[in-house]
Amino acid sequence: MNSQVSTIFKLAVMAGVLAFPAFGSDFYAEMVAKVLILAIFAMSLDLLVGFTGLVSFGHAAYFGIAAYVVALMTPKYDPANLWLALPASVLAAAVAAFVIGLFVLRTKGIYFIMVTLAFAQMAYYVFHDTPVGGGSDGIYLNFKPDAAIAGWAPFDLNEPHHLYYFVVAAMLAVYGLLKLVLRSPFGRVLVGIRSNEHRMLSLGYATFRYKLAAFTLAGALAGVAGFLYAVLFGFVTPEYLSWHKSGDVLLMVILGGMGNLGGAVAGAVALVGLQEIFTSVTKHWQLLMGLTIVAAVLFMPGGLTATPARIMARINGGKSNV
Amino acid sequence: MSEVLLSAEGMTRRFGGLTANQSVNLSLERGVLHALLGPNGAGKSTCINMLSGDLPPSEGTIRYKGEDITGLTAYQRSRIGIGRSYQRTNIFPKFTVLENCRLAAQSRKPRPWSLFTDALAMPEAVERARAAIAEAGLSGRENRVAGTMSHGEQRQLEIAMVLATDAEVLLLDEPLAGMGSEESAQMVTLLNRLKATRAILLVEHDMDAVFAVADRITVMVNGQVLESGPPEQIRNSPDVQAAYLGHEAEHE
Repeated sequence: MNSQVSTIFKLAVMAGVLAFPAFGSDFYAEMVAKVLILAIFAMSLDLLVGFTGLVSFGHAAYFGIAAYVVALMTPKYDPANLWLALPASVLAAAVAAFVIGLFVLRTKGIYFIMVTLAFAQMAYYVFHDTPVGGGSDGIYLNFKPDAAIAGWAPFDLNEPHHLYYFVVAAMLAVYGLLKLVLRSPFGRVLVGIRSNEHRMLSLGYATFRYKLAAFTLAGALAGVAGFLYAVLFGFVTPEYLSWHKSGDVLLMVILGGMGNLGGAVAGAVALVGLQEIFTSVTKHWQLLMGLTIVAAVLFMPGGLTATPARIMARINGGKSNV
Repeated sequence: MSEVLLSAEGMTRRFGGLTANQSVNLSLERGVLHALLGPNGAGKSTCINMLSGDLPPSEGTIRYKGEDITGLTAYQRSRIGIGRSYQRTNIFPKFTVLENCRLAAQSRKPRPWSLFTDALAMPEAVERARAAIAEAGLSGRENRVAGTMSHGEQRQLEIAMVLATDAEVLLLDEPLAGMGSEESAQMVTLLNRLKATRAILLVEHDMDAVFAVADRITVMVNGQVLESGPPEQIRNSPDVQAAYLGHEAEHE
């Protein structure tokens, strides 16, 4: 019954998201699109943190690399071809994750956190301190990618509604892909590695390869998010690869509840929502944000998605006592 | 002569200045339960860790069915048929018993590339898992969460997982550790049943159990093999009595 409730809830949210552009202003539609993109980003990290047990603190690197690839592929006075730019940026993020994964996956625990951060900082400074991507100013995408295939355009990303639904479709596709992957034999192995990697080795699994595959897939999906983010806002800056960004996405995963794709989505909604509310209240919004996160970690172990069940358990527990 | 599955020749392991295993020779045959005895610090764990690939030997050769496997890692050895259980229960506590064993069985045909098939819809792995659960005496417990079972049942699951990998050589590190007498008796029955088709190395402290099931006993002291032979020979050996059995008696 509980899973039915959760399915109905998800469908209702989805219906709201689909109907949103018809009612909401373009400003808020852009914000919803931003949340959906960050949800993709958070889900990709959750594959590592929540399902494989790899706490990466450098996940923004792959987001940022993909964003830069689409920006660099866009000529100054012409749009890039969507069907080239999207695969190219995702592939670049995947390749970066694969290569970095070869090194970082040899470490564990706190060292893994630090080494992923170190590689992400290296990538950050490549864009920040070299003229490759416009230095610290970043670059503008003057044109959104062109979706035309041999002269025929199924949709036009310059149309805000088209772009919005493109983002919705991408988010659903990533969600569906991860759901399938997680119930496959491969996904089961990842969860086993998270639970007890040593035993997985002694059962005959080459765990390094599985972790590398997960790291690469997570990097590629972060690349999907980075690509969409660059296209939505029309510019890229080195901040996309910064440790703040890596921290934000990690917070989304923790806030929503690790090891739960719905949780990653809820975390993205919560973080962007809180940011929006707090910045409208005070200049020192980060103080409020910090306090909220500390409170959330203290009082909502398991994150947002675990909270309804905890409340129900408390209510039922109270009843049985009476 | 029975078929030798796993053997070690001159297997040595040093940790800095300490020699934990000194030229150990050992062979495991199908149908034979070979027990490894010795006081704490004798090098039994080091020995089993080298056989399972958890620890590389400093010197010596390990052969499986005649082939040199000294350089193989733990997961590669598992793949060719060498399974091990652990002294400290090493299961997936939050998974069900069935999922623990299904994961073990899946490792025989991992198919990591089939990203879009449902793992639970692959009948071979589920069937093999169920067979292993039944063989280890855990039928009816399939859907229990492993971490909530009794210690004895978790020890049985530990063995069931090794069986689910279709291992021909079982390296069992103190399967009786912490068990009550009834559970121990069940485990001894299980070991007797398992050895018919497999080669078993049993590292164990429980003397009564060892003499009840072992066909061959190797006694290690200070990293070296003191004596190896059938149980009667070991029981009557003055060297063993002096070094180990007598040694223990002194403490009592």
